[in-house]
Amino acid sequence: MSNMRKTTIKLATISLLLTCNIAQASSEVNVYSARKEALIKPLLDKFEQSTGITVNLITGKADALLQRIRIEGKASPADIFITVDAGRLQRAKEAGILQAIDSEILNANIPQNLRDSDNLWFGLSQRARTIFYSKANVNPSQLTSYEDLADKKWRGRICLRSSNNIYNQSLVASMIDNIGAEKTLTWATALVNNIAKPPAGGDTDQLKAVAAGVCDITISNTYYFGRLMNSDKADDKKVVEKVGLFWPNQNDRGVHMNVSGAGVTKYARHKDNAIKLIEFMTSAESQAWYAAVNSEFPVLETAPVSKALTSWGSFKADSIALNKLGENNRQAVELMDKAGWK
Amino acid sequence: MNAILNRYKRIHWLSGIALIIALVLSLPILVVTSSLFGGFGPTLAHLIDTVLSDYVINSLLLLLGVSVGVLLIGVPTAWLTSVCEFKGKTLFTWALLLPLAVPAYIVAYTYTGILDYAGPVQNTIRELSGLNYGEYYFFEVRSLGGAITMLTLVLYPYVYLLARAAFLEQSSNVLEVCRTLGYSRKQAFWRLSLPMARPAIIAGLTLALMETLADFGTVQYFGISTFTTGIYRTFYGLGDPTAASQLASILLTFVAFLIILERYSRRQHRYHSSSEQRPASALIQLSKKQSCWAWIVCLIPICFGFLIPASVLSYWSITQASFDGQQFIGLAWNSLYLAFSAAIVAVLLSLLLVYAKRIKSTALVVSANTVVGLGYALPGTIIAIGIIIPLAWLDHRIIEFVDHYFKIDVGLVLSGSLFALLFAYTVRFLAVSMGAVQTGFDKIKPNIDNSARSLGHTNLQVIGKIHFPLMRGSMLTALLIVFVDVLKELPATLILRPFNFNTLAVHAYELASDERLIDAAPASIMIVAVGLLPVILLSRSISNSRAQKAL
Repeated sequence: MSNMRKTTIKLATISLLLTCNIAQASSEVNVYSARKEALIKPLLDKFEQSTGITVNLITGKADALLQRIRIEGKASPADIFITVDAGRLQRAKEAGILQAIDSEILNANIPQNLRDSDNLWFGLSQRARTIFYSKANVNPSQLTSYEDLADKKWRGRICLRSSNNIYNQSLVASMIDNIGAEKTLTWATALVNNIAKPPAGGDTDQLKAVAAGVCDITISNTYYFGRLMNSDKADDKKVVEKVGLFWPNQNDRGVHMNVSGAGVTKYARHKDNAIKLIEFMTSAESQAWYAAVNSEFPVLETAPVSKALTSWGSFKADSIALNKLGENNRQAVELMDKAGWK
Repeated sequence: MNAILNRYKRIHWLSGIALIIALVLSLPILVVTSSLFGGFGPTLAHLIDTVLSDYVINSLLLLLGVSVGVLLIGVPTAWLTSVCEFKGKTLFTWALLLPLAVPAYIVAYTYTGILDYAGPVQNTIRELSGLNYGEYYFFEVRSLGGAITMLTLVLYPYVYLLARAAFLEQSSNVLEVCRTLGYSRKQAFWRLSLPMARPAIIAGLTLALMETLADFGTVQYFGISTFTTGIYRTFYGLGDPTAASQLASILLTFVAFLIILERYSRRQHRYHSSSEQRPASALIQLSKKQSCWAWIVCLIPICFGFLIPASVLSYWSITQASFDGQQFIGLAWNSLYLAFSAAIVAVLLSLLLVYAKRIKSTALVVSANTVVGLGYALPGTIIAIGIIIPLAWLDHRIIEFVDHYFKIDVGLVLSGSLFALLFAYTVRFLAVSMGAVQTGFDKIKPNIDNSARSLGHTNLQVIGKIHFPLMRGSMLTALLIVFVDVLKELPATLILRPFNFNTLAVHAYELASDERLIDAAPASIMIVAVGLLPVILLSRSISNSRAQKAL
C-alpha cells in the first residue's frame, strides 16, 4: 500500500470519528429509560421546549439497560437511568453505575424515604400495590391486611399475577423486612394455596378476572385501576363498576408503595443537564402530569392530584426505606420459588 | 501442476475468510458460553432445588407439542401444494406462508383478547346463558396447550416452506420408477417421497423448535415457566446475569446435541436429485371430494394463523385504538430498511460460509458453521448482552487509540449504532439463511462443480454461472425468512438500538407490555402488512424461478 493511500485512509477515519464527536458535543442529555416511551416522552418534550436542551431517549428493560451502561463503562453515552421500581434503582447503586447528586431542589421536593440515603437515586412518582375485591361477593369489612389473604376463607378465591413480576417481588421483599423471611414464606405458601387459577397475564387481567367472576380478590397496582376508570370503553367501565379498592394494613405498617425514579450515571457527560431534567420532573407541573396521565401518586406533596386519585380516599402508606426492596429482592424471588408461586 | 497448486491456494483463501467471519459471528455465543468457566454460584443450586425441573419439563412438553403441530400442518400442506393439482392451489401456495408475518406473542395476545374469561366470546356465553364463570366449560387459552397452539400456528410455515421445496425438487422419474416397481401411491409417498424430503423437513422443524426455545413473549404472557422464562427470571428477578448466561449455555449445549444427533442419524445418506421440474402430467389430479379435503387442510392453518388474528387486529385498530399516522410511516420505514439490510447481509454471509464448507469440508469449518447457527436458539436479550461485550471492548480500544494519538474523545462508535443491530440480527438469524442456502447447495451435485472446474472455471465462476442460477429459489427463501424474522425481532432490537430509534415491533411491544393491548393493535397489524408484501412478492418470484428452470 502506498504512503499516499495510507494517509487518505487515516484522514477518512479521523474525520468520521470527528463527526461522531461533534454530534455529541451539542447541548443535550441522554436518557436510558425503563419507563415506556408513551409514559415519559411527553414530559421530555416539555423539558426540551422550556430549556432548549435536546433529550435523546432509549427505552428498554431495566436490567438490560443497566448491563448496557455497566459494559459501556466510561464511554457510556447515558446521562440518566430511569426505572419503574426502587429495586432496580438499588441494583444500579450496587452496580456502581450512579453518582451522588447534591441538589437543593430535589432534597426539598422529594420526601426522604423516597430517595436514596446517599443521594444516588431519586423517586419521581409513587405507585401503591393494594387489594381489589369483587363488590358482589366480598364485603370490604372481611378484608384487613395482605397477611389475611393467606386465610382459609379465601381458598380458591384469589387471582395472582406471576412472581416474575417485579411489583410482586417488591411486595414480598417489603414483607420480608416487616415480618421476617420465615413468616413471609408461610404466608406466601398459604396464599398460593388460595389461588383460583395459575398465575398469568398482567395486573389489568387480574382486575378483569375479578370482574368476570373468576375470583373474588386480587392484588394490583392502583394506576391500572385508574386507567380503567379513565377509559371511555364500555367494557372497562363495567370492570370498574364491579371491582372495589381496599387499603390494607391501615392499623399497622400501611399500604405497600414503590416508586419510579432516576439517577445520574457515574460517567455522565452532561451532568448539569441531567440534574436539570430530574429537577424538572419533580416540579409541580410534571408531578401533576404523572397523576393525570397515569394515575400515579406524586412525590411532591403539594402537587395537585387527579379526580381518580382523590376518589380512593386518603390512606396510610408503608414508609419502609425503599432500598430494602432492592436489597431483599433476590431473597424474595427465592422465597416465591420455594412457595410454589409460579 | 501449477494450476492444481493455484486451485488449492484459492480454496484456502476462501476457507480462511469464511473461518474469520464464522469466528467473529460466534463471538457473542462464545461470550455467553464462557460463563460456564466462571464457576457456579448459589443461584444454580437454588434453581435445581426448586424450579429447574419445572422449567425443563415444560420446555420439553412445549417442544414435543410444537413438533407434532408443525409437522402435522407443514408436511401435508407442502405435499398437497407441490404434488397434487386442485382448484385454488396457486392461492394456497402463497397464502400458507402468511402466518410467518405474524409474531407469536401478538397471535397470543389476540386470541387471549377474544377467548379468555373477560373476552367477548365468554362474555356473550355468560350473558346468553345466565351462567357464571366456572359453571360452563370453556378451555383456558393461557395454558401449555394454548402456547403450543399459538407457536404451531406461526411456526409451521418453516416446515411447509422447506418441505415444499423438497417435494418440488423430487424428480417425477424416480417416483414413476417406483410405481412401475409395483408400489402404490401411498407406499411411494411413505417409502420414497417422505424419506427423500426428510432432511428438508428436519431443517424446517429445527428452525421451528429453535424459535420455540427462544420464545419469551408467548410463554411469559401465558404464565408458563420454561427454560427461557427461567433465564430471564434469573437475570431480572434474582439479579444474576452470570447464572442466566450459564443457563443459556446449558440450553445451547442441548440444542447443539440435538443438531449433532440429527446429523449423525443421517450420516450415510446423501440426497442429491437431478432437479428437473415435474411435468404437469405427473401431478396427482384430485377428485372433487379429495379437493374438498385439501381445501380444509389448507384453510385451517391460514384461518387460525392469519385471517382471524389479522381481522381482530384490524377491527381493534379501526374501532378502538388511537394512533398517529405520521409516526407510523417513520416506524415502518425503520423496520423495513433494517430488515432488508439484515436479510441481504445474512444471505451473503451464509453463501460464503456454506460454500467454504462445500469446497473443503474440514472439521474446523463444519464446527464453526454449527456454532454460528446456534444463535437462533438463544433468547434475544442474552445474545444482545453477548454482543455488547465484544463491541464495547473494541470501542474502548478505539477510544484509547484515538485519545492517545489525537487527544480527541470519540465516544462509542460501534455500540449503540445500527451496525450493532445488524450484527445482532446476523448472529441471531444466520441459522435460518444458512439452512435455506445449504438446502440449495445440497441439491446441486458436487460433480457438477467438478466438471465445471475441470473445464477451467474458477470457483467464483462456478458460483456465478452455475450455483447462483440454480439456487435462486433457495436464496430468495433465505432472504424472505430473515426479513420477516428481523421485522418481528424484539429483545435484541430493544436493548441494542441507537437513541431515538424505534421500530414497529418495539412500538407494539411497549404498548402491549404496558397492558394496552388494543392500542398495540395498529403497530401489530403494520408489522403483518409490511411483512406481507415481500412474502407475496418473493413467493411469486420463487415459483417463477422454478418455472424458468423448467423451460
